Amino acid sequence: MASQLVAGNSAVIVGAMYAGCDCFFGYPITPASEILHEASKFFPKVDRKFVQAESEEAAINMVYGAATAGHRVLAASSGPGMSLKQEGITYIAGAELPCVIVDICRAGPGLGNIGPEQSDYNQACKGGGHGCYNNIVLAPASVQEMCDFTMKAFELAFKYRNPAIVLADGVLGHMVEPLKFPETALEHKIDTTWAVAGKAETRGNLVTSIALNFDEMEQHNYKLQEKYRRIKENEAAWDGYKLDDAKVVLVSYGISSRIARSAVDAARKMGIKAGLFRPITLFPFPEKEIRRLADKGCKFISVEMSNGQMREDIRLYSGCQPVELVCRYGGNLIQLDDIVKKIKEVA
Amino acid sequence: MAAKEKVIGGHPGIYATFPRKGGAAPTATHYCPGCGHGILHKLIGEAMAELEIQDRCVVISPVGCAVFAYYYLDCGHVQAAHGRAPAIATGISRAEDDAIVMAYQGDGDLASIGLNETIQAANRGEKLAVFFINNTVYGMTGGQMAPTTLIGEVTATTPAGRDPRDMGYPMHICEILDTLKAPVFIERVSLSDIEHIRKARRAVKKALQIQKDKLGYSFVEFLSPCPTILRMDAQGIAKFINEQMEKEFPLKKFRDRSAEVQPIIRAESDYSKESLDRVFGCTEMQCIEMEKDREFAPKGIKIAGFGGQGVLSMGLALAQAAFGCGRFVSWYPDYGPEQRGGTSNCSVIVSGEPIGSPVVDHPDVLVAFNRPSLEKFAPSVKKGGMIIYESLAGQFEAPEGVKVISVPATQIATDKGAHQAANTAMFGALMQAGNLGLPREAYGNAFRVTFAKKPKLIPKNLDILEAGAQAVKLLEMASKK
Ligand SMILES: Cc1ncc(C[n+]2csc(CCOP(=O)(O)OP(=O)(O)O)c2C)c(N)n1
Ligand code: SF4
Repeated sequence: MASQLVAGNSAVIVGAMYAGCDCFFGYPITPASEILHEASKFFPKVDRKFVQAESEEAAINMVYGAATAGHRVLAASSGPGMSLKQEGITYIAGAELPCVIVDICRAGPGLGNIGPEQSDYNQACKGGGHGCYNNIVLAPASVQEMCDFTMKAFELAFKYRNPAIVLADGVLGHMVEPLKFPETALEHKIDTTWAVAGKAETRGNLVTSIALNFDEMEQHNYKLQEKYRRIKENEAAWDGYKLDDAKVVLVSYGISSRIARSAVDAARKMGIKAGLFRPITLFPFPEKEIRRLADKGCKFISVEMSNGQMREDIRLYSGCQPVELVCRYGGNLIQLDDIVKKIKEVA
Repeated sequence: MAAKEKVIGGHPGIYATFPRKGGAAPTATHYCPGCGHGILHKLIGEAMAELEIQDRCVVISPVGCAVFAYYYLDCGHVQAAHGRAPAIATGISRAEDDAIVMAYQGDGDLASIGLNETIQAANRGEKLAVFFINNTVYGMTGGQMAPTTLIGEVTATTPAGRDPRDMGYPMHICEILDTLKAPVFIERVSLSDIEHIRKARRAVKKALQIQKDKLGYSFVEFLSPCPTILRMDAQGIAKFINEQMEKEFPLKKFRDRSAEVQPIIRAESDYSKESLDRVFGCTEMQCIEMEKDREFAPKGIKIAGFGGQGVLSMGLALAQAAFGCGRFVSWYPDYGPEQRGGTSNCSVIVSGEPIGSPVVDHPDVLVAFNRPSLEKFAPSVKKGGMIIYESLAGQFEAPEGVKVISVPATQIATDKGAHQAANTAMFGALMQAGNLGLPREAYGNAFRVTFAKKPKLIPKNLDILEAGAQAVKLLEMASKK
């Protein structure tokens, strides 16, 4: 199996291309720009389509267009750009189009800085734009997963005709690790039952998110909610580390989960039964599993680079158990020692 | 007003009945009597039918009164967010080279909220026909001022008439686009009366012919009646367009370069694995499986110096050396605020097990290329750790419990005729002294990968690598004596 040292942002493009993505539309923003650079380098080499858009709004609407035509399309951005994309994303969700958006989260609010944060959690997982909708959200924690989860995101986006977000951060985007290249490449064919692609078979099709009739719009909303229910039922994914006998459970995703994992080891050396619960899908949140751990009497610590956005979900799904928080903001990573200290307090 | 004008069902290129619209009148439109939208729909329908392109056509309907163009035109349809049609068109056209894409937009949509998308798509020369309805107002939302509202014109938001001192002047979109190089066809026509409509028909057909021939961007502006908002009857609105609008927006063919330009043909996407493996170089890649090895002591290395000293590439070479022996490894460049000050640093972790945080806060080995890095990171080095630094940084007092080695890396590289390869000499010193648990040959092997694109540089670098190691060996021997 071919493998190589690769940066996280580059791995996204590898995953996308092997997943049959043939359109990329982007606008520069640190720390996501390397995805744009890699796309501009590799897409044209195999006659796939790359456009540097005039803005994130334009980029996400180009995504809307190529997705309308039934193609596999990717966009990548970071905080300020993601905020601008929300208009497009709600239209994509409303029109039930598939696409993948990679968010290399940086520190906010406002212009913030280019350091890593996990503060786009709510924006990604709770909709983000207007209306009642959800994105599928995957949270990689390694360069390998930057590639693999991008591929998985395409699979889910097309399975459910829904936008899927790969939610990472500046560290995952820039760090270099070994990457095993995919062993299969998907040859994408458009689905003529819904796509509008300028072909005889798609001439009768319509992509839209408007329904003037209130009842019709309500029915459409029911249909979307039913879809999200199915996604919750079938797609929740998580990873556990030393959970079996754990009394203190760290809940953490992305780059923070790796620091949390080291903290589990450190705590175990001190004789504390700590474990790590790492959600792989943030929407759907692996709620049943959280509930199960809560029912076993585990104590939770949310480890995230935000003000506790994920903690709210852990609280909710654990049945309102108290959930401690270890967090940093502003571009700073969480320190191992801070997590260990909190574990000792809670244990 | 002639209510029968609304009935367009069955016209060429128009659906016979309008089930998407529903309601009691299945062949009548939702537009007001005398509205320009209905007229333009007919013209587009006719042109599509005459050119026999309906299968290939995709109409993007805007936010505005024409949001439901898809009730009527017999072709593929997509509905857009306000002003974004040209971006959506770009996506469709790039994805499907044979698609004939039309952006149908009002003046609020195209000239106000979507002006950037309008200009940029035109400037890229997208294969797109834009049909721009200029009725001087926002129709759907109740007649507010548009960018095209005439001076003195009363609208819902200019009750005293448009005053240019506060609200600027009418915008001339054809004229703006005419400053760009890429567009193939730009024309302004009118839908005020039969005679004008005849000319407009030709412009629509031309714009679509250009799309059929894949020649590029075409733009047609229509001075269009909105009798409802402007509260005029059929004669009144025709007179308003012919006399007042035309004065501000002269009818004109701004350009037609269709005879000069070449078709834009984009190749089909290549999805094959062979091609991907080729462009990513998978065929030349190694097959390395990382194996867990609890015996292997994990090491954190921090490398720091000025930008341009090869700090990051030395880190990558070290990562490659470790990766080549099947170790778990991570490399992370610190791109914090200090990057702006001209210094850079990276963290490398080499381990026998999966790696937690890729950031090294307390290095086992610090490699420092300059004084500021030395001073900044030396206090963070672990007890029992090591600092290897460039001799040019001057004398340095070892922190307690830390071994310090001064290496004349720049001197070594310069003596070998490659002063910019000081990082290679440093890499040799690290190989000799770093105690990282990697076999010696791993370091040289790393160059075969990192210099794969410039193989000529490999022998020279191997030479400097050895010289760096040798310098440390001599120092060690001297200190033993
Ligand atoms: C983002 C956004 N802002 C505002 C609106 C409300 N809106 C609907 S139609 C319209 C005006 C459209 O006017 P114009 O483009 O001139 O088209 P017309 O209705 O005159 O054909 C506006 C502002 C919207 N739908 N979306
Ligand atoms: S409001 Fe004006 S633009 Fe809208 S349908 Fe009526 S006449 Fe046409």
